[in-house]
Amino acid sequence: MLQIMRTPQVFDVVVVGSGAGGGTAVKVLTGQGFNVALLEAGPMLNPAKDFKEHVLPYQVDHRGAFAHAELYFGRSPRAFGYFAAPDGNWTLPGEPYTVAPGSQWQWFRSRVIGGRTNHYGRISLRFSDYDFQPEDGLGDPWPVTYDEMSPWYDKAEGFIGVTGTKEGLRTAPDGNFLPPIPPRVHETLIQKSCRKLNIPCIPSRMAMLTKSIHGRAACHYCGQCGRGCRTASAFTSSQAMIFPAMRTGKLTMFTGAMARELVTDGSGKVTAVSYVDKAARSEKQVRCRAVVVAASACESARLLLNSKSPRFPNGIANSSGVIGRNLTDSVGYGASGYVPALSGLPRHNSDGIGGMHLYVPWWLYGDKRKDFPRGYHIEIGGGFDVPMLGAFDGQCARHEGYGKALKDKIREQYGAFVHFAGRGEMLPNRDSYCDIDPQRVDAWGIPVLRFHFAWSDAEIKQVRHMEQTFASIIETMGGQVAGRQPEPQRAISTGGAIIHEAGTVKMGNDPKASALNRYCQAHDVKNLFVCDAAPFVNQPDKNVTLSIVAFAWRASEYLAEEMRKGNV
Amino acid sequence: MSEREEDRSSRRELLRHIGAGLSLAAMGAGVLPAQDAQHVHQAVTQDKAAGPYKPKALTAHEYATLRRLADLIIPADERSKGALEAGAADFIDFLCAASNEMRDIYTGGLGWLDEQVRHRYDGKDFLGASPEQRTAMLDLIAWRKNASPELNPGIDFFTWARRMVADGYYTSPIGMKDLGYMGNSAMSQFSVPKEALDYALKRSPPA
Repeated sequence: MLQIMRTPQVFDVVVVGSGAGGGTAVKVLTGQGFNVALLEAGPMLNPAKDFKEHVLPYQVDHRGAFAHAELYFGRSPRAFGYFAAPDGNWTLPGEPYTVAPGSQWQWFRSRVIGGRTNHYGRISLRFSDYDFQPEDGLGDPWPVTYDEMSPWYDKAEGFIGVTGTKEGLRTAPDGNFLPPIPPRVHETLIQKSCRKLNIPCIPSRMAMLTKSIHGRAACHYCGQCGRGCRTASAFTSSQAMIFPAMRTGKLTMFTGAMARELVTDGSGKVTAVSYVDKAARSEKQVRCRAVVVAASACESARLLLNSKSPRFPNGIANSSGVIGRNLTDSVGYGASGYVPALSGLPRHNSDGIGGMHLYVPWWLYGDKRKDFPRGYHIEIGGGFDVPMLGAFDGQCARHEGYGKALKDKIREQYGAFVHFAGRGEMLPNRDSYCDIDPQRVDAWGIPVLRFHFAWSDAEIKQVRHMEQTFASIIETMGGQVAGRQPEPQRAISTGGAIIHEAGTVKMGNDPKASALNRYCQAHDVKNLFVCDAAPFVNQPDKNVTLSIVAFAWRASEYLAEEMRKGNV
Repeated sequence: MSEREEDRSSRRELLRHIGAGLSLAAMGAGVLPAQDAQHVHQAVTQDKAAGPYKPKALTAHEYATLRRLADLIIPADERSKGALEAGAADFIDFLCAASNEMRDIYTGGLGWLDEQVRHRYDGKDFLGASPEQRTAMLDLIAWRKNASPELNPGIDFFTWARRMVADGYYTSPIGMKDLGYMGNSAMSQFSVPKEALDYALKRSPPA
């Protein structure tokens, strides 16, 4: 019989996953003196080597097309391009997932220290009071209120650094903000257009440092946050949480470690995490007093469902049967417009922080005239972007021809396009969930996830509303919507494509209808916590990362206290 | 300014830009300037290696034809040099050497183009044809509205060539300068020039 190697040391806590949730748990728990082991399925991150922050396309021989011109054939080995920060992909070699017949789903996974925080958009929005305690009778309430979470948002914002202004809007609760950043020219025009339409357009809330905090340098406004930031002025869990924790001597790193299952003792407590050392393809165990699972919503559900034992025949912490259920992603829709007022705009550096300086929070809360529940926010784009491969495909296709006429049009219209992306709330539905595919295992023999997903009529109607709103804003600023708009049923994002998966290890007060309690602690297993977006009861129209940090922070402090009291 | 001088000047800009990066990095928390050092190294290596580009995938004739095509797609004008000077054909040849699929698109397309011109203009190939004959040929394949079984291979090829010449041009120092791109550099603060804001506000519909 193959001997499974177990760590001699019993760590206070093993954290599985190093993204926003895992990074927060690592930071808080090492900060309180606990010995923590971190399991990450990918490699270590080296920002000095891995971030192509200030590289211009012509400094690379293939200019971003990749070594075999893969970009031009839709086969980029990196989802967000050659220059992006280490970002994972929609498919990973040796790590398949399946999609049930009739469903469509995409799953973006990032295997590297920092996970998806290395490349994410860093939009940092608090959930509203009504997101936690719905007033429209749809869906379940959370086991917490906004007032309970507000201090944890304060901590999260204070630590990661979030720009913003106090606006007093119920749909966009104010926070503990760094100074905002002035709007770019196209954003000022959009704001002007929105004002005419009675739509709010306010300074964005982004996790970039407009002033130095916690030893991280202030932003240098190169606009390349998506490529990774070597001065850590854009938040990542790797640079802001994990690297500093490594220096405390309290953190032991296990990279290339793919968690297979949680190992329990006769009393049902987790005693170790069993993982595959990918490089050696061997099974190992790291022993612990408690575990924080933060592998991303779906990967966390997979780990729990795969942790079966006589005591937990349906997977650990799953006596309620809810694990995998309640799967949501944000509703996504995008449109662009050409704005003649911007053509020939005097040239200047419009970079700023990487992402929008203004955004549109939801503005129709409680409006009875709309034909769909809940709402969305609007992310805006534009400006003089780095000329990259493919950036002028649209211009070439629109203008056709060749010669000086083409060159003049491209020059004149450079920077004259505005982009809108709607990110809306999806209501959980019975047809959207993930379970273990009984037929497939990954390259390490770990059973894989199978996805079932369907948008409901509510989300389709929401997309129609986005389409009409974006067109109004573009036309009010004297612009024209670019391209033909497909029907909402086709224009809506594929499930998972917005990379905001949530809900698959639901929290709640009733152990029969939820897996976790109000502190993200398993009802069935006291030393098991889940700290990513899996606990989230629903998918508010506010990107999940800030809330992941706030909930993980709260859960980690609770776990620390429970361990000190001897309850865990 | 000659092409070589332009190259040298952009490299000077790069070095200056890296200098700014280095001083910033020194202020940052434990940030290593290894990548910057590598850029300097690359820039210096490129300087040493600079010389006329030698095609790696295309024949001399194909390469010369592609250069002519690049020049026609984005020509030099009173504002800036064009795709020929910016090395767009070199970029495409480089990718043809990196991908057989890409190479076949260009050898096939350039072969089709020569054959069509020969057929139309007394056996002359694209390079041998007169400027008027060349543009007459391009006028057929530069527009989707001319789609026909006879012209479709040429229209498809020209779509590839146009977007990749644009890619090669606008990602080059010459093309970036033509656009007036001046970003991706270290700034101590972000502000919008009043002149630019006023320009756009004046041209936008009244509030």
